[in-house]
Amino acid sequence: MAAAVAASGWIGRIKEAALAGLVAFALALPLAGIETTGAETGPGFVTRFDWVAIAVAAVFCGKLLLGFLPSQLLPHQRAARSVAASEGRTILYIGLGAAAFALALPLMPFSSRYLVDLATSVLIYIMLGWGLNVVVGLAGLLNLGYAAFYAVGAYSFALFAQDFDLSFWQALPIAGLLAALAGILLGLPVLRLRGDYLAIVTLGFGEIVRLVLINWGSVTGGPNGINGIPRPTLFGMPFAPAAPPGATTFSQFFGLGFDPVQRVIFLYYVILLLALATNWFSLRIRRLPIGRAWEALREDEIACRALGINPTSVKLSAFAISAMLGGFAGAFFATRQGFISPESFGFQESATVLAIVVLGGLGSQLGVVLAAIVLVTLPEFGREFDQFRMLLFGAAMVGIMIWRPRGILANRAPSIRLKPKGVS
Amino acid sequence: MSYFLQQLINGLTLGAIYGLIAIGYTMVYGIIGMINFAHGEVYMIGAFVSLITFYVLGALGVSYVPLALLIVLLSAMGFTAVYGWTIERIAYRPLRGSFRLAPLISAIGMSIFLQNYVQLLQGARIKTLPPVVTGEFHLMESGGFVVQLSTLQIIIVALTVALMAGFSFMIAATPLGRAQRACEQDMTMAALLGIDVDRTISWTFVLGAALAAVAGLMVTLYYGVIDFFIGFLAGIKAFTAAVLGGIGSLPGAMLGGFIIGLIESFWSGYFPSEYKDVAVFGVLILVLIFRPTGLLGKPEIEKV
Repeated sequence: MAAAVAASGWIGRIKEAALAGLVAFALALPLAGIETTGAETGPGFVTRFDWVAIAVAAVFCGKLLLGFLPSQLLPHQRAARSVAASEGRTILYIGLGAAAFALALPLMPFSSRYLVDLATSVLIYIMLGWGLNVVVGLAGLLNLGYAAFYAVGAYSFALFAQDFDLSFWQALPIAGLLAALAGILLGLPVLRLRGDYLAIVTLGFGEIVRLVLINWGSVTGGPNGINGIPRPTLFGMPFAPAAPPGATTFSQFFGLGFDPVQRVIFLYYVILLLALATNWFSLRIRRLPIGRAWEALREDEIACRALGINPTSVKLSAFAISAMLGGFAGAFFATRQGFISPESFGFQESATVLAIVVLGGLGSQLGVVLAAIVLVTLPEFGREFDQFRMLLFGAAMVGIMIWRPRGILANRAPSIRLKPKGVS
Repeated sequence: MSYFLQQLINGLTLGAIYGLIAIGYTMVYGIIGMINFAHGEVYMIGAFVSLITFYVLGALGVSYVPLALLIVLLSAMGFTAVYGWTIERIAYRPLRGSFRLAPLISAIGMSIFLQNYVQLLQGARIKTLPPVVTGEFHLMESGGFVVQLSTLQIIIVALTVALMAGFSFMIAATPLGRAQRACEQDMTMAALLGIDVDRTISWTFVLGAALAAVAGLMVTLYYGVIDFFIGFLAGIKAFTAAVLGGIGSLPGAMLGGFIIGLIESFWSGYFPSEYKDVAVFGVLILVLIFRPTGLLGKPEIEKV
């Protein structure tokens, strides 16, 4: 196409741009040019033809300018390019630096309750992203219903903590195990399906879980959700102004005055601990035979089968581990909010986590961190950003797939490779 | 009995709508082997274009209903087809030959984008359309329960059957249909024999989008209420229909659409209706587990 444009020169370029402008006109005319209004006053609309004009002009100029770009910048020229192995060390140092910064964040002079709270939200998404990365990035299975496992973790934590009076640390493993069980239950029958069918089935599963949560009112509280979920304690010491009988509060034990910030900071450290454990876990498991089998399966299933790897059980392990990590994150989410409802676990949530993984780069740990920071902090800059957030993320997912299919920080190279012959 | 008949009528109407959307999924899957996740959004856009055209016609004072319907039909099909074409051109064409999940992820991104695009441009609130086509027949009455068949339901089913017939003819007997079938079998060979593959794929998306737009128009007329989120559920259900009928098969898509419509309608008639979507998703999972080729599909062999 680029050659054809060069050959016909200016006229061709303008012609192409004009065609693109015409398409933009047809796209913008009904939806942008006419806004329907007035549900109460009967059918009505306002016209916004200036918006159409802007859209057409933008597309025309954009297409014209795109014609001048050097052709190697165009998408089809650079389909796959992975980061060289030498960059691995740099990424390691960046990761260590980021972890150190995260550890010190609540002690920094510029830190505030708001900032720590925001960082906690970011860390929840980082943890979810890393959990989903196991199944999407490493094993190459697309899971569109990840929020279901997040929900299973959150709800089982809430129910166990409330009905059986378990503390956060006792209920956390149960939540993780139940989420893993849900992963196995879903995975067992469907994992022999092809990749894109699997994606749709997980999507259906996510919706089923959400609908059950809404409609099974006697257990899940229906649309109202569950209230008054117990807060986590530090070795049995609650973060409260006054201790329940037979216990000391955190502030009494350390002889500090009670301050709600203490709990915010404590929660921050809990999720940081969970997230770092997740990261360590997934970095290590990649080097175990099971992790290598995941990556091998992602690249070529038929070859794996020929080598005696059982695809179903390998996929199942990835699915279960990823679900378990999601369950941990869900349990933390429940204890942090103190309140959960089905609204927090819709497809939007699954899509957000998937967007984080895709934008960060499938299989890249650091990329997930960056994407989560951008995604979660963007709405904090103002309402307009919040509205445009998902719009931009949808567009970015398409763009990433076209320009950098391996993600911004691509690291899809196999974790372990044979040294080429002749190089000692 | 009369209650059963009423559910049957409602189910067939619903099924016609799902079937029209399912054709878009099945054609695209047949040719390029990807799930066009944004197809539900295309249907939603079709519904919005229909609604907007109705509003504009109302303001212009076009009150003769058949004429208004014809204009809206053409406008919805035309504008939505442009969306279908653009989606393929921007989000899928550059990804041919990329790794397997890339087009699906891109399609999910496109779907999120389109949903928010319509929400930003048209607002998040529901949009309503006063009834345009009125009139109904009372088929039978027993025990105080009247079985109704509305004119609109007849139009919906008749239009669907007509479109299906036209479509089958097109696939069977026109050069475009031949090109489509050739691309479905072997894209490289088709290209070598002088078929413009890109063009054929573009046309597939255009036609699929136009049919989805008809479904959008029908839903706008039938329920009179739409919002920017309707594409998600309808998309999954239509996909289920396509899979149930056997993905890649046109009659299968239609059959699957009717079955899904009937399941949904009978479920909400006889069981707790809050779980009707669960029933449809359950069907999807069961079909994929036990008969991934669907009712009318051909088995697929994965080659190295």
